[in-house]
Order: sequence, then C-alpha cells, then structure tokens
Amino acid sequence: MKIILADALTIAAKDLRNELKSKQTIGMMIIFSSLVILIFSFAFDPTNNTVKAIIPGLIWVITIFSGLLGLNRSFISEQENDSLTGLRVAPIDPSSIFLGKVVANLVLVIIVQLISIPILFLLFDYRFHGEMIWFLLIVLTATIGFIVIGTFLAALAANAKNSEMLLPVLLLPLLSPLMIGAVQATKIVLEQEGMKDAVSWLQLMAAYDLLFFAACFFLFEYLMEGS
Amino acid sequence: MLELKEITKIIGDKIILRNFSLALSPGESVAVIGPNGAGKSTFFKLAAGLMQPTSGEILLNGEQIKKKTHLLKKRIGYLGHESFLYNSLTPLENLRFYGKLYKVKNIEEKGMELLKAVGLHYFKDIPIRSFSRGMIQRLAIARVLLAEPEFLLLDEPHTGLDQEAVSLLNQLMKERQKQGISILLISHDFEQVINVCDRVLILNKGRVISDRNIDPQLELMSFKKWYEAAVIGK
Amino acid sequence: MKQPSAFVDRMLYILLVPAMFVSLYLIFIWSPIEKQMGASQKIFYFHVSTAWVAFLAFFVVGYYCVLTLKKPTESRFIKAGISAEIGVVFTTITLLTGMIWGKSAWNTWWTWEPRLVTVLILLFIYIAYLFVRKMEGTWEKIAKLSAVFGIIGCINVPIVFMAIRWWNTKLHPVVFGEGKNQSGGGVEPDMLVTLLFCIGTITLLYLFMMRKGIEIEKMRLTVRKAKSKVIEKLAS
Repeated sequence: MKIILADALTIAAKDLRNELKSKQTIGMMIIFSSLVILIFSFAFDPTNNTVKAIIPGLIWVITIFSGLLGLNRSFISEQENDSLTGLRVAPIDPSSIFLGKVVANLVLVIIVQLISIPILFLLFDYRFHGEMIWFLLIVLTATIGFIVIGTFLAALAANAKNSEMLLPVLLLPLLSPLMIGAVQATKIVLEQEGMKDAVSWLQLMAAYDLLFFAACFFLFEYLMEGS
Repeated sequence: MLELKEITKIIGDKIILRNFSLALSPGESVAVIGPNGAGKSTFFKLAAGLMQPTSGEILLNGEQIKKKTHLLKKRIGYLGHESFLYNSLTPLENLRFYGKLYKVKNIEEKGMELLKAVGLHYFKDIPIRSFSRGMIQRLAIARVLLAEPEFLLLDEPHTGLDQEAVSLLNQLMKERQKQGISILLISHDFEQVINVCDRVLILNKGRVISDRNIDPQLELMSFKKWYEAAVIGK
Repeated sequence: MKQPSAFVDRMLYILLVPAMFVSLYLIFIWSPIEKQMGASQKIFYFHVSTAWVAFLAFFVVGYYCVLTLKKPTESRFIKAGISAEIGVVFTTITLLTGMIWGKSAWNTWWTWEPRLVTVLILLFIYIAYLFVRKMEGTWEKIAKLSAVFGIIGCINVPIVFMAIRWWNTKLHPVVFGEGKNQSGGGVEPDMLVTLLFCIGTITLLYLFMMRKGIEIEKMRLTVRKAKSKVIEKLAS
C-alpha cells in the first residue's frame, strides 16, 4: 500500500512538473472557465437580483466544463511516445497510475477553482456570507468525487479515437447524483439555511466518493491490461 | 532463466502464437526474426507482462508468473517501437522518473553514468522534444538499462540509428551480455542479428519454423538464403 | 439448424401473441376505469411494465458485465449488448408514456420526479454504454472496457434514485406499500391483476427480443468471420 502511494506520488509529481513547464492545460482551463462565466453573465443579467440564485449552479458548471478539459488531456498526453505502455511495463501496481492521475488532476482543478470562483463572485457582485469551512468542505468533497470518476472514465475513453467527445457523454450521466448533492449543499451554505440538510447532502457525497473510489481503484487494472 | 512454455495467444479470433516455447539462459542472446504479422511483437508483450497468454505458462527462475507480473516486470528491460519517454522532460528527468518507478538506488549517479555511456550527457538539461530520432533512441536504451534488468527485450532497436549509434548500441549489448544478462532481439536487420546474437529463431504465422545457432564467421548472404528458404519453403 | 433453440423460440412466440391480446383486453375492456383520471389512466399499465423491463434489462447488462470481466466470452459480450439495446427502447417508451401520464395527471409534460428522472439518466447511461461498445479495437478489449463501464453505471443507478428522491419527493403517487392516500394511492384488485399480467407479458416480450437479438448478432458474427476468411484467402 505504501509503495502504491509512493509510486502514485511519483507519477503525480511528474505530471505536475510537466504542467508547470508548459502551463498549457492549466492556462486553457482557467481561460475557459473565465469565458464560461463571461458567457453566463451575458445569458443571465448579473445586475438582476434573482440571478444570485443560480450562483451555486454556476460554480459547478464552470468546475465541470473546465475540469473536462484537464481530464481529457491527462491520458491523451500519455499517448505521446506511448509512455502509458512505459508505465504499464514498469514494476508498479496499475492502481498507482490511477491514484497518481487523480492527485494530479485534483491539484489542477483546485487551482482552477481557486481562481475562477472568486472571479465568479466578483463579476456577479456576490457577497459571501456563509460559513467558509463548510463551503470549502462541500466544494472539496464534490470535486474529489468528480475527479475520481472523471479520471477513471478518461482512462477508458482514451482508448477511443474520439475520446474528447466520448468523455463528457460517459461522465455526465454518472455525475448526476453528485452534482445534485453538490448544488443543493452549496446553495444551503451560501444562503445560510438549515445546516442539517447540508450535512446530509455532504454525507451522500462522501458515500458516493468512497464507493466510486473503491470501485475505480479495483477496476482500473482491467483498463490497463492490454489485449 | 526465463522460460516460456507452450504459449498460445488468441486475439479476437486470430491465433497469434501457437504452442510457442523458448528458454532463455543467462548470457544468451537470441534473435527472433520473421515476416510481418508473424507474432513477434505479441511474443514480446507476453514476455514483458503486458498481456496474459491464453494458455501456457511463463517461468522466471523456475517460478511461475501468473498474477505476480511485477516480479517479472522488475527484471525485464523492454525497449518497444516507441521510446516511452516524455517530450517535455529533460533526459535526466526522464531517467529520474523511471528510476523512481523501478526503485533504483542512487539514481543521480547511475543516470549520469548512463547518459555518458550513450553520449547524451551534454544535453542532459534540454527537453527531449528537440532531439533527433537517433538521440531519443539512445536515451530510450539508457532508460531500459537504468533498472539493471536481467533480461533485455529489444524490439527493433536499430531502426533509425546511424552507423555510430548502431556500433554504440552493439557494444553496450555485448557488455551486458558478458555480465550475464540475456538478450532477446527482434530485428529485420540481418547484419545486426549476425553481429549480436548467438542463436536465431524464425517465427512464421505464430509458429517457430526454424531454430539455429549463429557463428560469427557466418556470411550475410548465406544467412539470407537460409531465411528465405525457411520462410518460403514452408 | 439448432432444433431445441428454435423450439424455445416458437414456444415463446406462441405464448407471447395471445398474451399480448389478453393484456390488451384486460387493460381496455376488463379493468375498471379510474375515477379521477378517466381513460388516460390506462397508459399506467404500459408505463409500469416497460419501466420494469427497462430496469430488468439494465440488471441483465450489469450481470453479464460482471461475467465478462471474470472471463470474456463472445456470447456474454453479445448478451450484454443486446440487453442494452432493448433497454434503450424500453426506457424511451417509459419516458414517453410517463410524459403522457404526467400531462393528464398533473397537466405538465415533465416532472422532476425521482423515478422518472432515474429512467432518463438510465437512458443516458445505456446510450453511453452503447457508445463504448462502438469503439474501435479487438472485441476482447471492447468487451473489457464496456464491462467496466457497465459495472460503474450499475452502481450509479440506485444512487441516482436516492439523490433525486431526496431532492424532490413531492409529485409521484406512491402506488404500492406505504400509500399516503395521495391521488391514485392504492390499487384496486382488478387493476392489480391487469398490471401484473401486463408486466408478465412485457417481460415475455423482452425475453423473446433478447433471444432474437442474440441470434441475429451471432449470425452477423458468423458472416463477418466468413468474410474475413475469404478476404484472407484471396489476399494470400
């Protein structure tokens, strides 16, 4: 287990170093999320007060859209020089590849969120009143779930020629329960309503995270087996 | 000692390998040649633990390898058609990354040593994106040697290399062989096969159709004639 | 060619056709007309039985996905695929009938009711699954990949249902079990008989379609194999 973790960190560090050098994926993700916010501010007039109600939804729309860009890259980039095969012939557990990719993608998406959510609040002139800790906890839980299942399906979709198109089609239906929970919980926290409901949504999301993490962790080696 | 016993591999409804057996003892170098689609690459993938055989078994030093492929993977250096390297990383970073995965000790020293051996130490801090095919192939060889494998699986290592690099590669292989490392080589380049290998197998349509030893005095022409007779004659 | 399988098919057919007519008779003539909704309530029978088959088909897909992952064989792979294709048809019918029901009962085409939304997401998962199967590559690779996706999808369906139920549980009449005396709560015995018979018939239809679908797919496979053999022969 320790070895799996160490290998995963090695792989994640390699991905992040690559990203730090080129800054391509992260740059695109940030620009794209800003553009989505811009388009939304045309679609829903930000000066209108009722628009505040859609803020929780917008947080997740921009996270998913920009996250999809990063997820698409994470396994496609391993096809250059067929380096995924290099990882597969290395004496490591296949799950450490999965874990490493999850960590790298998670870092990327969290960086994007750190930039795009304040921009969203700024452009929609939204004042944050809720409890910060709960808000962060909810965002983190839902993002982990999104990245776990997203990374898994990105590895699956990378086998197809049209993987960029395939990934959203595979991912979005599976994300639906998580997104319902995330949007509802975020709404409750932002509007400072009953925290009890938010906690039960949080529990649902945590259960979803754990369940899919376990399933993906064990099924990943089937994705890595060549034939 | 790496043994493959009566390996059969079926992909889709095509039989790629039929009852393939091979024993590789330490310090031996064996070439596998044959026409395209004969199953050479599949055989390598099986030996490298990338695939499971449909039937038959693989033994490493007398121990069966089934699900414990990481035992096998650690001792095998697999050089494929592609380099498996990351274009945006420098040669040293590439080696460091793979060294960590293979749990190599003192990666830095060993990495520098190998870069010197393949003649890339001047370029150790340049991302390999700008490298030529020959330089990348040399680095790929360094990557394979880094983990000090007991068995080298080389899938057409000579393609795209210039004369100088070819002799460097051959010299490296000979050195390793003297240290008791076994080498398996797939090649279409018969000259190199004669240069490097002691034994040669011809694969055709998933079967071994011929198996012979090579002595260094063998003429290229007569070797070619023997190959053509073996493949077409059947 | 194969006698026993043809016999089973014929028996299914002989059973299915009269059952269809009987269930139509039961639905439209025999069973009483519901007081509040009138004749439009009749679609309820189709809605429930197709929804049942939609979930059944998905369960079958999941079952064969697990088997495929354990040991891939062509027949398991085909069965999972055919079941998914039939599932797409039945989820679509369920959604359409559900919308008609919604229009006449609540005067809206669509309600965000947990079961209905679950069926919608089920449809999307089915389609995604079929997309995975359409990928290029050897059938073994695709069998493995699609099986993995099928299992993940299967785990997802109950969670979807739970999440949507929490989100919104206002509109659907709870027909069986803990009826809260909402409109339509509780079923008259005559209606129940009709419903059960209808479910049986549609399940029979599913079985029949499964068998036919598998047979057609296997024929396709045989033809494809023969073709590639001829091509190989001509090429060499």
